[in-house]
Amino acid sequence: MTTTLSARWRSGLLYAGVVAVVAYCLAPFYWMLVSSLRRTSDIFDTSLVPSPVSFENYRAVFDPAQGFGRALLNSLVVAGVTTVLALLLATFTAYAMARLDFRFKRLVLTLVIATSMFPVVSIVVPLLKLFTDVGWINTYQAMIVPSMSFALPLAVWNLTTFFRQMPDELEHAAMVDGCTRGQAFRRVIVPLAAPGIFTTAIITFIAAWNEFLIALSMTNRPDMQTAPVAISKFTGATTYETPFGSQMAAGVLVTVPLVVMVLLFQRRIVAGLTAGAAK
Amino acid sequence: MTKTEVPPEATDGPASAPVTRRRLTGNPARAAAGSGRMAALLVSPTLLVLSVVVAYPTLMALKESLYGPKGLDPATGFISDTEPFVGLRNYADILGEAGDRFWNAFWNTTFFTVVTVGLETVIGVAMALIMHKAFRGRGLVRAGILIPWAVPTAISGLLWRWIFNSDGIANTLIGHQVLWTTEGFHAKVAVIVAEVWKTAPFIGLLVLAGLQVIPKEVYEAARLDGARAPRQFWHITLPLVKPALLVAVLFRCMDALRMFDLPYILVGAQKHSVETLSMLAQNEASNVRFGPASAYAVLLFLYVFLIALAFVRLLGADLVGGGAVGRRPRRRREVAA
Repeated sequence: MTTTLSARWRSGLLYAGVVAVVAYCLAPFYWMLVSSLRRTSDIFDTSLVPSPVSFENYRAVFDPAQGFGRALLNSLVVAGVTTVLALLLATFTAYAMARLDFRFKRLVLTLVIATSMFPVVSIVVPLLKLFTDVGWINTYQAMIVPSMSFALPLAVWNLTTFFRQMPDELEHAAMVDGCTRGQAFRRVIVPLAAPGIFTTAIITFIAAWNEFLIALSMTNRPDMQTAPVAISKFTGATTYETPFGSQMAAGVLVTVPLVVMVLLFQRRIVAGLTAGAAK
Repeated sequence: MTKTEVPPEATDGPASAPVTRRRLTGNPARAAAGSGRMAALLVSPTLLVLSVVVAYPTLMALKESLYGPKGLDPATGFISDTEPFVGLRNYADILGEAGDRFWNAFWNTTFFTVVTVGLETVIGVAMALIMHKAFRGRGLVRAGILIPWAVPTAISGLLWRWIFNSDGIANTLIGHQVLWTTEGFHAKVAVIVAEVWKTAPFIGLLVLAGLQVIPKEVYEAARLDGARAPRQFWHITLPLVKPALLVAVLFRCMDALRMFDLPYILVGAQKHSVETLSMLAQNEASNVRFGPASAYAVLLFLYVFLIALAFVRLLGADLVGGGAVGRRPRRRREVAA
């Protein structure tokens, strides 16, 4: 775009760009949705809308033989417990990181960031052996404990950002009014940081919900698999055909709750990222 | 994938905080000591958990990589119940006898990282520039852009496996029959396309956040000085979003180096053309060959560590907690220049 182009051309090009960006992001997702709504017999159709619309694949997903309901429950338990534990520990730590002055603060922050970059497989291998020895394979704790390795640093990192954005004065005012630091934290900081804590919970939950490697390695019984693992192992009518239709349907079911959450919290994350700089 | 966050921004400078705090409590020394004790109390549970779930397994992997499989002891000929200590033989095997598989996985990992992060950065920056200029429909674009990020990687692997099916939409669109998910260079292409789709939008979002803090006056001044759009991009936009961009790129690199889900689901386990180091280690471990698996895990860890170290040397204070310290002076400098 050079200045020689007329204003109309420029805005035209701009909106073409916007359409391209949106299409790039949504087209594959849309294809998953469309494919999930086709009948098995016309799964290879390439029309942009399914005709006729069929919920055959969704019925197949909830066929008791697939055990998909159980897999969803497993995912919910693993991701839920991981999120709650990570949030609990991270709230205290992030408060200290944002508000208190102490030696080794930089070191602690570096350690937390370093662990978040850690290759998960490096801990999965030894833990797989340990959990095999103590009989933890096919248990929830075998998935929750390794998940903490990425969920906790993520939560600490996000919450530290949120706590830092809150003005110091609030807490000082509470302390002048006779609160101890602990009371100030409980009665002033936590309620005010609730939106930040909530957003962090969503991000952590999405990360834990999307986890695949740990869940794949730590389970071998179908009834203990999480949803992503279960879907990747869906079997069709015969062993030779991949049941793409029901995989797409299950994929939509697993993704839609996340998409809804993201749509609700997208304004928050963008605001969170820009708030610090605006001040 | 979700770990790509902009570093916490210090609000009003860390230096001013302790002063006010001390004034409130009276005795500065006691306040500092109390604050230190409290910090230790608040921080230690996290450190404890991280040392149990990260540090301890890492040390275990290190130890495990020095032991061989149970069974026939080659030295004595007896069947043993314990794992024999083999020293560095697992490493020697990996780099020697089974070296092909290791180096293949090493190059695949490196290739995927360099290509995907490179493409993501270019596409992400382009997306951010478009979104930054667009005024109508910005919320819609932003929501749309987060969707690939929210789709679980495992599901996106299945989705792209379907798109790249021999009778799938990708082949229909290009009018060719390519067996994308079979061994060969095209399998790499499939993985790269899927990975870039999923992660480029998030880089775009982070860069957009960086773009929005650049003051408009800077561009006005540049325009008055006669700088055209490309020149403005290279000399204003890029230097000013560089800190945010570099952090995003670092996190993306670390994430790409441990890539597992996508090639595993899209193409499959033990496929020469897409096997990454994570897949190799996981494959050995799931076949109960913990010795070699641990050795692979340790080597991957070292590789990631070295890359991270190189980045930190490169970025310095921009990365760790120095959001405000590293950025503001730089911004002023660049603008003045």
